[in-house]
This record gives sequence, C-alpha cells and structure tokens, in this order.
Amino acid sequence: MSSPWRIEGNRLLPSPPCKGGARGGSRRSRPNTGVRGLASLATHPLPLPFREGSFALALALLLPLALAACDREQRDMAGQPKPETAAFVAKGDPRAAEYENNAFHIAQGQRLFAWMNCSGCHSHGGGGMGPPLMDNKWRYGGKMEDIVASILYGRPNGMPDWRNKITEQQAWELAAYVRSLSGQSRKDALGARTEEMAVTPPQSLESTERNLVAEKPQSPPGEPQ
Amino acid sequence: MRAGRHEWAVALPLPLLALLSGCGGIQTIGGREGRDAALINDLFTLFCIVTGIFFAAIMAFLFAAYWRRRGWRADRMAEEDERLAAPSRGGALRVGMFLWTGAVVGGLMGLAVASFFTDRGLAHPNSDNKPVVSIELTGNQWWWDAKYHFHDPSKDFRTANELHIPLGAATYIVLKANDVIHSFWVPNLAGKQDLIPGHLNDIVLVPTRAGHYRGQCAEYCGLQHAHMALDIVVDTPADYQRWVARQQQTAPPPADPQARAGYVYFMNKQCSACHTIAGTPAGGQVAPDLTHVASRATIAAGTLPNTVGSMHAWVADPQGVKPGNNMPYIGLNADELHAVVAYLETLK
Ligand code: HEC
Ligand code: HEC
Ligand SMILES: [Cu+2]
Repeated sequence: MSSPWRIEGNRLLPSPPCKGGARGGSRRSRPNTGVRGLASLATHPLPLPFREGSFALALALLLPLALAACDREQRDMAGQPKPETAAFVAKGDPRAAEYENNAFHIAQGQRLFAWMNCSGCHSHGGGGMGPPLMDNKWRYGGKMEDIVASILYGRPNGMPDWRNKITEQQAWELAAYVRSLSGQSRKDALGARTEEMAVTPPQSLESTERNLVAEKPQSPPGEPQ
Repeated sequence: MRAGRHEWAVALPLPLLALLSGCGGIQTIGGREGRDAALINDLFTLFCIVTGIFFAAIMAFLFAAYWRRRGWRADRMAEEDERLAAPSRGGALRVGMFLWTGAVVGGLMGLAVASFFTDRGLAHPNSDNKPVVSIELTGNQWWWDAKYHFHDPSKDFRTANELHIPLGAATYIVLKANDVIHSFWVPNLAGKQDLIPGHLNDIVLVPTRAGHYRGQCAEYCGLQHAHMALDIVVDTPADYQRWVARQQQTAPPPADPQARAGYVYFMNKQCSACHTIAGTPAGGQVAPDLTHVASRATIAAGTLPNTVGSMHAWVADPQGVKPGNNMPYIGLNADELHAVVAYLETLK
C-alpha cells in the first residue's frame, strides 16, 4: 500500500487518490513510502549499510542472538543421583555450579527452607539459636560443598543432620538458597524476595562475597570466630 | 452438485450434538446435585430461553429482509423506500417499533430480577438452619489438604484430596492457599471460589443427592494444574458418621513382617519428614496426610487410581508420574519399595 501522506517542502499533505493506471507515475513523484522514503528524508544520504532493507536484514541477523537466552531454566525435576559423584560431598563437586545459578533450584530450596523449618533455628537467615546465614561469616565454610556438608551431616553445636530426612538433591537446592541469602547467586537466577522481614538490603548483583567483606566490619577481636 | 453442497452444510452442526453427551456425570456444569448448582442452573436455563427467543426473532426478521430483497433492481429499491415511508404505513411501523422496544426492555428487566433473586438465594445458603459441618481446605501445588473440625478439637482429623460430606447438612468450607492462587470448583454442587494465599475465603455446599462427584482446581497454578483434582463423596448421614469414625482412628501398628519393614523405612527415611501418619512418629506437615491413604479412591490428586500397582509406580518415581510435583525421587531399592507399599496398603 502506498502512504496516505506526502511531503512537500516541510509540510505533510494528504496524497491524491491513487487510481490503477497512475500507480507507476505517482510512485515516481512521491518517493516517501516505507524505508525508501525515510532514507530520502535525511539531508545527507546515509552510508550503504543503513540504507533500504539492510536495516531489516541486520535485525534479522541479530535475532539468533536471542537463542543464547534459551538455556536459562533447566529444570532437573527427576533429581536422580548423578553417576560422576560419590555420595560423599567432595570439593570441586560439579553439582555446585549446576545448582547455584539455577532459578528453579533456588526457588525449590526456598520452599524447602520453610518446609524443613530451618527458620525455626536460623530465622529466615537472620540467625536465632543457629547462626545467621545472610552474612559473610561462615563457621564451616561458605562454598556450596561446605554448606551441603553442614546440612547433610550436621555440625556439632546443634545443627541436626538431615541425611535421611531430605534427598541429596534437596540438600543442594537448600545450599543454593542459603548462598542466595547473602547475595552470592547470579542476579538473573534469584527468585522473588521473600515476605519475611529482612535485615539485609535486597539481594542484588552488587552484594557479592567480596564487597560484603568490604562493607561490614569484621568481628571485633576477642569474639569467638 | 450444488444440492450436494447444501446438504453438507446442513449436516455440519450435527457432530456438535455429540458434545451434549458431555453434559452428565460426576463433573458437569449441567449438574444440579447441590443447592447452589440448581439455583445457578435454573438461572442459566431462563437466560438461554429468553435470549433464544430474541435470537430467533431477530434471525426471522433478518431472513425476511433477505427474502424480500432478493433479485430486486437498484432503481426499484428507491421506489420501495418511498412506499414504506408513506404516511399510510407509518402507523404499523410505529406500533411494531413500540412492541419491539417494550419486549426488549421487559425481557432485560425480567432477567435482571431473576439474577437478583438467584444472587440473594446464593447469599443465604443455610436459610433453613441445617446442621453445619466445618472443613478447612488448603490448596497446595498440586494437591488439596483438608482438616475436619469438630466441637471437641480432639476429634479433628486431617485428610487429603478426598472430601466426604453428608446429605441434609450445610458443609462450611474455609478456603486457604499455601503457595499460589487456586480455585475450588465442584460444578455439580456449586460455583467456583478462589483459594488465595494470605486470605480467607469460604464456600458452603448443600448437597441434595448422594453420589460421587469430581472437583478440579479452576485457576491455573503451575505445571501440574491439570492434575489437581478433588474427589467429593456425598454420603447419607449414617455413611458419613461411619466414615468420620474411621478417619478419626489412628493408624494400626503393622502386623506382618514386610509391612513392619516398610514402617521402619517410612519412619526413618525422608517420607516422615513430609508426611503425617497419625499414631506414628511421622508428623511432616507439608504433604498429604497418609493415615488412611489406602481408603481413598485416587492418589496424587486424581492422577492415578489407587491400586497396589499405581502405588508402586508413585513411590518408585513420583516425578515420572507427575513431573514437577513436590515429592522428590527418593530411589528406594526393590525390597524397600515393596515393604513401604505393603505398609501403605494397611492404612485403610
Ligand atoms: C535445631 C535447630 C536447627 C535447625 C532446625 C537447623 N539448623 Fe542449621 N545450624 C544450627 C546450629 C546451632 C548451627 C551452628 C552449628 C555449629 O556451630 O556447630 C547451624 C549451622 C548451620 C550451617 C553452617 C553455618 C556456618 O556458619 O558454617 C548451615 C549452612 C545451616 N545450619 C543450614 C541449615 C539449613 C539449610 C537448615 C534446614 C534444613 C537448618 N540449618 C536447620 C541449628 C539448626
Ligand atoms: C519432600 C517432601 C516429601 C517426601 C520426602 C515424600 N513425599 Fe510423598 N508426597 C509429597 C507431596 C508434596 C505429595 C503430593 C504430590 C501431589 O499430589 O502433587 C506426596 C504424595 C504422596 C502420596 C500420595 C498421597 C495422596 O493421597 O494422593 C503417597 C502415597 C506418598 N506421597 C508416599 C510417600 C512415601 C512412601 C515417601 C517416602 C519414600 C514419601 N512420600 C516422601 C511430599 C513428599
Ligand atoms: Cu490449579
């Protein structure tokens, strides 16, 4: 379809009715249709790549880039034990990366944190009779593997062991959520904020382990580590 | 050839009649087995009749107009318009216009009055003071958690995915949700009501005929929304009392060795962290109560019929049966599986 408007000087006027036979002629006298028209409006002609259909072509070529976003939510729901790992949690376990930055697993961990009443002792991460989980201090290490070990095998001063109460996959999901409490997870993997009162600023990409240390004073000398 | 085409056109709506066969059974909007459902259905029927009459009248006028115009030439149309506008015809047209307007206004007023009275009727579900049964129903992804409340709280019990309610009583259900919005809908008995996290809703069921009905979550709530069904059994009062007495009992200790092995597994492994079996140490609150699981008609909110075979399938790999549901794959070996299922089958 040709445009219902035409440009004369700097005025926009309705174009004359276009009858069948006059089509070719009117096109020549009104070059302001579509991309072609836009280009001619510019005082200086644009360099070749920006002219005519090249725009659309370039856009189309960029589209496949969107595919890069497609591996975002891999949901491993079956959660069957992976052959490459022994039951015992070793350092450098390949599962750490897999769980830590996965939105689905973090969300499941959040659900389990409530279900297993971790809040009863850790109070939504702020700490109660159990230590806070949203600060940068770890008694037994803050890596995924350390946290999974804390959960599965318990810790001597009152952390129960959950080995037979939850599955191994659930322990990894819990650990992923525990790490997200202090903002260690990738921002795009974080779920919605919880409804509980929080003592830390909203989870964000900025509060990584390093600047948490920088922001907060270390425990004063004399306090037990 | 031409005649053949027309016959086809006439036959086209016929398969639609087959859809009518869906209007019956345990889950149908045509059901009238509850007081509310009957009220709503009466109103719906009235709407269908009134709007149907008007639709037929409009179609009749439309086709009459087509019929008269057929084959007329344009120059004769002006002539005809003049004839219609002539003063001699004006009287008839005006009377017709008044009649038609009156019929439309009267019809709409009638429907408005009828909806008003239906609405009043729904707002007073227990106007004849029937005895009240009180249930607290919580929606979870993707199952229903039910608590029956009694005057004596020690008689309260918990069950899942299957409600029994008595004839001749008003069942007052408080609706809650734990995670996302769900909707309670048993079309044979009443309309829909949403279950909203952090908010209390309620609905009253007054069944008028004993039978087995099916409800369904009616608000999309995630991956397994389609597998979130609810069995509703309307019992005679005597049957209902028997059912309640049974549900109030705690689970008996397992008798045979296999079931005992299953009991030991259940109590010492993951199962007891999520599930409750009354009368045992298993007290998890986040999954269906299994105290009388073997007495229910289905497992996993209507996903499978409750048979020994499907119980094996479910416990062995719940994620294969209902992907994404919140019971994890646990990985029991064959002996453990048989033992646990043997134990679950004793929970009648
Ligand atoms: C009965 C109370 C209690 C419950 C329930 C509990 N914890 Fe703990 N938790 C503790 C205590 C006490 C400690 C400190 C142990 C120590 O210092 O030896 C602890 C330590 C931890 C640690 C190690 C912290 C560090 O600084 O290294 C993690 C991680 C943890 N808990 C996570 C959890 C999770 C996840 C859950 C829920 C599945 C949970 N806890 C449930 C009491 C509890
Ligand atoms: C992490 C919590 C969790 C654990 C552990 C767990 N379940 Fe479940 N279970 C659930 C949930 C949630 C459902 C409801 C699933 C659904 O219908 O969407 C369920 C459903 C069931 C049902 C069907 C109940 C019904 O009325 O439909 C049975 C039977 C069952 N589980 C048995 C077991 C056994 C046996 C074990 C141990 C081997 C076990 N569960 C471990 C959470 C759990
Ligand atoms: Cu739903």
